[in-house]
Amino acid sequence: MRWRCPLEFREATLSNGLEIVAECNPRAYSVGVAYFVNTGSRDETDDIAGVSHFLEHMVFKGTPQRTADDVNRELDEIGSHSNAYTSEERTVYYSNLLPELQERAVDLLSDLMRPSLRENDFNTEKQVIIEEIYKYEDQPPFGAHEKCMNAHFGSHPLGRSILGTVESVTGLTSDAMRSYFERRYSPGNMTLVAAGRVEFEQLVAQAEHLCGGWQSFETHREAPSLAPRNGREIFVKDSAVQQYVVLMSRGPAATDNDRYAARVLGAVLGDDSGSRLYWDLVETGLAEYAVLASHEFQGAGIFMAFLCCTPEQTVENLDRIQGILSAAEQEGITESELNQAKNKIASQVVLASERASNRLFAVGSGWTQRREYRTVKETVDAYQAVTLDDVRAVLDNYQLTQNTMVAVGPLTDLPDLAG
Amino acid sequence: MPQEIFTHQFNNGLVLLAEPMDWLESAAFTMLLPAGCSRDPEQFAGLSNVTSEMLQRGAGSRDSRQFVEAIENLGVDGTSGVSNSHTTFAAAMPATNLYEALSIYADLIRRPWFPEDQMSEGLQVCLQEVWALEDDPAQQAIVQLKKQHYRDPWGRSCQGTEESLAKITIDDVRQQFEKTYHPNETIIGIAGKFDWATLLDQVAELFEDWKPFQNGEIQAGVPQEKYWHKKCDSTQTHLGVAYDSVPYRHPDYYQARGAVGVLSDGMSSRLFTEVRERRGLCYTVYASMHSLQDRGSVLCYAGTSTDRAQETLDVMMAELLRLSQGIQQNELDRLKARVKSSLIMQQESSRSRSGSVAVDWYYLGRVQTMEEISQKIDSLTCESINSFLNRHQAGNFTIVTLGENALEVPVGIS
Repeated sequence: MRWRCPLEFREATLSNGLEIVAECNPRAYSVGVAYFVNTGSRDETDDIAGVSHFLEHMVFKGTPQRTADDVNRELDEIGSHSNAYTSEERTVYYSNLLPELQERAVDLLSDLMRPSLRENDFNTEKQVIIEEIYKYEDQPPFGAHEKCMNAHFGSHPLGRSILGTVESVTGLTSDAMRSYFERRYSPGNMTLVAAGRVEFEQLVAQAEHLCGGWQSFETHREAPSLAPRNGREIFVKDSAVQQYVVLMSRGPAATDNDRYAARVLGAVLGDDSGSRLYWDLVETGLAEYAVLASHEFQGAGIFMAFLCCTPEQTVENLDRIQGILSAAEQEGITESELNQAKNKIASQVVLASERASNRLFAVGSGWTQRREYRTVKETVDAYQAVTLDDVRAVLDNYQLTQNTMVAVGPLTDLPDLAG
Repeated sequence: MPQEIFTHQFNNGLVLLAEPMDWLESAAFTMLLPAGCSRDPEQFAGLSNVTSEMLQRGAGSRDSRQFVEAIENLGVDGTSGVSNSHTTFAAAMPATNLYEALSIYADLIRRPWFPEDQMSEGLQVCLQEVWALEDDPAQQAIVQLKKQHYRDPWGRSCQGTEESLAKITIDDVRQQFEKTYHPNETIIGIAGKFDWATLLDQVAELFEDWKPFQNGEIQAGVPQEKYWHKKCDSTQTHLGVAYDSVPYRHPDYYQARGAVGVLSDGMSSRLFTEVRERRGLCYTVYASMHSLQDRGSVLCYAGTSTDRAQETLDVMMAELLRLSQGIQQNELDRLKARVKSSLIMQQESSRSRSGSVAVDWYYLGRVQTMEEISQKIDSLTCESINSFLNRHQAGNFTIVTLGENALEVPVGIS
């Protein structure tokens, strides 16, 4: 599929270090603006576990200029679709809206980046965070992903929980949150990202006016070396009907060039349709789902497989998965599998790119993870360029059969799996 | 630029709707087949879902692997699902591959093999969906709320039960297919980059000789209990509340939609503000319009911890009742801004527009242009919505709870 729109990538940096990047598409119907902050659970310590995510909520609770009600009201007044998310290494605040409202959105989002963190709001919102923790405890896969990140990464910062626990959140003080904010939300650690029908000059001028006075300070992120533990952990949940299992092994990091080959391999082995896991476990009805994909972080990466099936079927299914991974390691994948996966991914990339909101995340992630901008075409070309040799190299470099396993569900015991 | 929507009804009843979006490089289709689970015979609950599953196990010249290979190589990103009224196949793809994708899906819905030797695997896939629902009390709350609020079969969900699935044979599947996959009542919505004259010829070639079939009337079941509780071993209680409103085709639909928007659209909406922001009672709370062809309702949900469940329900109910006292101009202004920006953003997605045109035809027998919807939104006033709310006060609630304890439900609902 051709991409015919004349897109332009623009960038600017304020003197305090705040970077501004945008993919300007004069034909888009909307514009997306976001602040990407390089902070997340990996930047926390035990005594403030969950603070990044809690802070993300508190940011919407107002500033010296705006009450919490003002913020919510204004976000709706501009007809925006706004939200935020927190991951292991990023906190992102975004707003998608009509192009003529860009200025109001930037005004509001920029103000939010310097929140008041008022004590009253802090105490009320703490209850919401605790409810959110309960919500994830109560819905499949019952925290299996976080539990496996913890088991796989061990004491490495990527093993930390994003939500924290009821205990850690309960014990958190607004002073501790403020101190965390003051260590992490430096303009040099943040990027203002835009995509769609962006007015770039106006964006930069406005950012200079609104954010130019933010004090810059040093931020630091620990990136210790990684020793995956490849352990086996079982969490018994009697009330569950199904068994949920996560398998994790090493994979390319965000800046590794073999990440495209890893994603293609993930699609061949574990996409939710047309993959080896799909044909062997899902289409046969042996599992509700069985998927595998690669995920990249700064300085580390993983292949992650997810299995959900009946407790009775779990051991056989895990054997099958390990068999599929082991067959891939020994024999590789076929040319037709490679091409099918490439065609599928290329089309998904192009289809997603039609929405400005999707480009916002693609541009923001690329820039904050790699300081790199790629057009849709360059991304598609990078996938199309993957060869069987590239996939072979990924299979050799990251042994998918050497994995950490976490199971959540009725089972009390799982036998060790053959490698 | 005025929006152009092509419509054509073939002699066999099939409706083709097509909305050109020349600025995109993609195309998408949504096929609505009159094979919803409201058509399942009572003893075979889940039959439509099994039929949809078995359909994808070989059709035309392709077995299931060849089918998946073909669509993935064409870059077709497809989904399927069974709702109360329809079985839906929807897909987006590079515009150049639209015809090939349509022809593959024509095989699927017209020439399935229904291989008997794959029946047990197909049933097993559907059983997994039954078990998945059992592990998800939030989803169960909404599924059960519809069951309690609407008479059977309109309140059904598609999964069926372990018992009902066990009774289904390949012959039942074949019969269900004969009865429910027919061109009359089928709607194909297409949006994206295409040439209408060529598309019309292509769709004619693929579907014009499909024979119509007249299915029987659906029989209504008996009314259900207005309060339903299930004890769950969980730290949370899941609450569902439903009350009658108007369906999509009702002249007052946008009045009702406006009122629900004030209740639940956006971060300054009443439920979000009162239940979550002011009191911190829950993480998720919402209300939404739900429409069948001839009736509609408002469905609300909140998930909260056990010891705060009663307060959450009480605050929610108070907001539902307070709505009839009227809405404010600033609430309406915010709602209009949100709805209009959503409408405009739909133009970035062929997938979204193909679904909208098909669904419009099902409910209205025509497609509303975005301009027309926009005018309807513009014409909403506080007076018009408040007058609607006066005539349709929230009441006669249906309530479901899943959690440790049953709750005190408001007087006058049973």
